[in-house]
Amino acid sequence: MIYYVNLLVKSIFIENILLVYFLGMCSFLGCSKRTDSAIGMGAAVIFISTVCTPACWVVKHFFLRKGGMAWAGLPGLDLSFLIFITFIAVIAAVNQLTEMIIEKFSPPLYNKLGIFLPLIVVNCAILGAAFFMDQREYTLTESLVWGFGSGTGWALAIVALATIRKRLGYSNIPGSLRGGGIAMIITGLMAIGFMCFSGISL
Amino acid sequence: MSDPAAQKTPAVKEVLFGRANQKIFKDGLWDNNPITYQVMGICSALAVTTSVKTALVMSLGLIFVQGFSEAIIAALRNHIPARIRIIVMMSVVSAFVITLDLVLKAYFYSIWKQLTVFIGLIITNTLVVARLEGFAMHNPPWKSFLDGIGNAMGYGLALTAVSSLREVLGSGTLLGFHVLPRYFYDHGYSNNGLMLLSPGAFFVLGLLIWGHRTIAKYVEGK
Repeated sequence: MIYYVNLLVKSIFIENILLVYFLGMCSFLGCSKRTDSAIGMGAAVIFISTVCTPACWVVKHFFLRKGGMAWAGLPGLDLSFLIFITFIAVIAAVNQLTEMIIEKFSPPLYNKLGIFLPLIVVNCAILGAAFFMDQREYTLTESLVWGFGSGTGWALAIVALATIRKRLGYSNIPGSLRGGGIAMIITGLMAIGFMCFSGISL
Repeated sequence: MSDPAAQKTPAVKEVLFGRANQKIFKDGLWDNNPITYQVMGICSALAVTTSVKTALVMSLGLIFVQGFSEAIIAALRNHIPARIRIIVMMSVVSAFVITLDLVLKAYFYSIWKQLTVFIGLIITNTLVVARLEGFAMHNPPWKSFLDGIGNAMGYGLALTAVSSLREVLGSGTLLGFHVLPRYFYDHGYSNNGLMLLSPGAFFVLGLLIWGHRTIAKYVEGK
């Protein structure tokens, strides 16, 4: 149990997917102009990442890895070169499915999260979390924890940036530094802040 | 997103590398640089820029992937149903990314090891998706190919700039050769390790965006 808590802390703070691995930068900059859209996007990413990473694990374990198709009588088959195209297809499918399920069962939630779901397919934080899961050869439980943790870390970073940017509206920044430039520098400062977590283990 | 001048199809047969096509090419390279002006595709721009070598390999890879996938999507543009266009684009891009990944793995194993997941993440690089959506869906293949190459080279230019700064300041080398004289180190200079970590990448890119926008006199949101 303590191992999984440790992995969770590691994925949220120490190896924050955005501030250490730079994944999901584009929607990070695009959706952090307002706090409520940042919270919506963050919640959507946590959800999709928690579902997609284990889903990719299942697909990889039973179809793509070498010997994974043994249950179908094909023990020598190695389809691991198809990982890129399969993972993005799994993410797109899960996304579409989630959108339909939420629309059917919880219209208020759909109204809040609906506009963010299509954006998530091209959010590299989700695909990146799945690739790291593949590269580090996590088990199913580990990939569930890792997916949830990396999504939470991302949400934490985007909400923090959105609130900082709100305050920035009152400050006098040189014209050409506005927008992208100053957001980068703030993110750098946030990354330094998160570096103080490094080395923590329970 | 796409350039209005490039969208109108001329009645006369155009020269293969005429002025209009040169403009498309130059647009992505400097005037509308994807990294500093459009602020797109920055995930990989930050992650692979600890050394110039990995940045160059990544840029060449992106030139290959973007040029050809734009040409193919442009050739198919009248046959792709609008509802499923994103997944069609992703499939085409993934096919090229898989090719690139296997070639790098076979011939440049050590660099492939350093780039890790970032080759695969070209698939979700917003620069690729945005140019496919904004340019290749409305323009013929050759123009789209030039647009792809131009944008990817603009991306490469920004990556080279960021990685040169980070490598020189962070490890005192350029392409693996020591460039800072011994004299500096003898008098108390030491490499700035922060440049190799993530905050350094954010700072260098932020300053680069500032610099380019000051020269281009561009102010966001005005």
